[in-house]
Amino acid sequence: MGMTMTQKILAAHAHLDSVAAGDLIEADLDLVLGNDITSPVAIKEMDKMKVDGVFDKDKIALVPDHFVPNKDIKSAEHCKCVRDFAIKNDITNYFEVGKMGIEHALLPEKGLTVAGDVIIGADSHTCTYGALGAFSTGVGSTDMAAGMATGKAWFKVPGAIRFNIVGEKAPYISGKDVILHIIGMIGVDGALYKSMEFTGDGIKNLTMDDRFTIANMAIEAGGKNGIFPVDDEALKYMKEHSTKTPVIYEADSDAVYDAEYTIDLGKLRPTVAFPHLPENTRTIDEVGEVKIDQVVIGSCTNGRMDDMRIAADILKGRKVADGIRCIVIPATQQIYLDCIKEGLLTIFVEAGAVVSTPTCGPCLGGYMGVMAAGERCVSTTNRNFVGRMGHVESEVYLASPAVAAASAVTGYISSPEAL
Amino acid sequence: MENAKGRVFKYGDNVDTDVIIPARYLNSSDPADLATHCMEDIDKTFIERVKKGDIIVATKNFGCGSSREHAPIAIKAAGVSCVIAETFARIFYRNSINIGLPIIECEQASKEIAEGDEVEVDFDSGIITDITTGKTYKGQAFPAFMQGLIDAGGLVNYINNK
Repeated sequence: MGMTMTQKILAAHAHLDSVAAGDLIEADLDLVLGNDITSPVAIKEMDKMKVDGVFDKDKIALVPDHFVPNKDIKSAEHCKCVRDFAIKNDITNYFEVGKMGIEHALLPEKGLTVAGDVIIGADSHTCTYGALGAFSTGVGSTDMAAGMATGKAWFKVPGAIRFNIVGEKAPYISGKDVILHIIGMIGVDGALYKSMEFTGDGIKNLTMDDRFTIANMAIEAGGKNGIFPVDDEALKYMKEHSTKTPVIYEADSDAVYDAEYTIDLGKLRPTVAFPHLPENTRTIDEVGEVKIDQVVIGSCTNGRMDDMRIAADILKGRKVADGIRCIVIPATQQIYLDCIKEGLLTIFVEAGAVVSTPTCGPCLGGYMGVMAAGERCVSTTNRNFVGRMGHVESEVYLASPAVAAASAVTGYISSPEAL
Repeated sequence: MENAKGRVFKYGDNVDTDVIIPARYLNSSDPADLATHCMEDIDKTFIERVKKGDIIVATKNFGCGSSREHAPIAIKAAGVSCVIAETFARIFYRNSINIGLPIIECEQASKEIAEGDEVEVDFDSGIITDITTGKTYKGQAFPAFMQGLIDAGGLVNYINNK
């Protein structure tokens, strides 16, 4: 029986000729990731293990990004715990404020994730690196601790759903619309325990940033991972960013998929997920009149250069509507710098938006844009659960950077086509 | 493994980790601290009403969302002895096994058991008994490998024993 792309990567890392869905395996890890929320718990668990330090100081990435620069004393203590651990264990890839970025934008940019890798991260959006043809998945702190200690993790080999991408993107369509459309179609548990494998001629029409956004939100459909085939575009990205050698795996022609869907990029409309689940999607044409209070453009989902450029393109020469707070967060220091060089920060500030240092802050209601009861936000982030960005009676509408920027200008959820 | 026995708190589909333990409390990683905010954004009075041994029953995709282990830690530290659901989100499922929070999948039980029922779960047999209604259900048994993790008392002990 043929194997999916994910199954082939897992088999190779478990030193097996083949694996099938449902098999329990132990796989070697190429990278173990943690942040300032999850690492302190992992460090505490690792202390209980009878091990002598970490398995490989070069294969661990520690990125304080959720509540940094430290939002309060408790957060400062967490960051100090991670920093002390990094120093004690001589961790190569610890990223301090000033050098850090939002972890899932930062790691590919730093070349730490390449095709063929098996990566676990104590953050659910670790599935992002599937855009490069890696198997990567989110785990909890105890798994992270075990990964740091042993360099291995146990997995139940997942089955897969195949998404055949065809066509060319219509104007203002981006990876965010593709993945919101898919989640709306299959639901927040539509890919539970499974891989989401993207294939098809249309992939060449998706930029790397589109692909990162799509793989990033596989977890929002319940997926174990999302993964793209490795094409010239992906190889070019890895060559530019990494000294590691990508290893290319391809799904067998007789690989088994539990379901298959076709997505025509040319037929997609800008898509918005209404409160309080990412599956509550409507096309921009079905939105109606929804008045908003805040816009957030950033996060591990949509804080990359494509996102900054389209937002600036829409905000250029326009103003954020009266009464609207528009918060723009370039995801890494490099993206921040590129925004300066391209003049995008000037556009944002002249439009009346604020620009923040890289942080996950508002996405999870941590800080830097927490909402009051009754307030509504159009956000390029990934979750719109009850209370996600603040008060339980606040509302989050998930959308692309293009829709978010247009909404900031009008004060209502809007299509950029309507400006 | 000891049976779980307690009164049921019943919830619906897609109970996410943000309502189990809101991110505004993630500046702490102390279990007792986290427990005081358990279920706060879905059930404000949960923490006042929950007693040691009580059981959470929910329907589909329990624990969806973030990877925060703080979610099963908060539930366990609040005294909950077992979570029964039709399905669990995969990271929550892993985390629960890794930290030793008993969880069990059973579609029928998750649909029929009602708020306030007295329920007992026998983990060795997978039998769930609703003492209030007298009905019994067969939950999904763990694969042998996961049972090994649970028997060892979680992943840390499992690794230490290897």
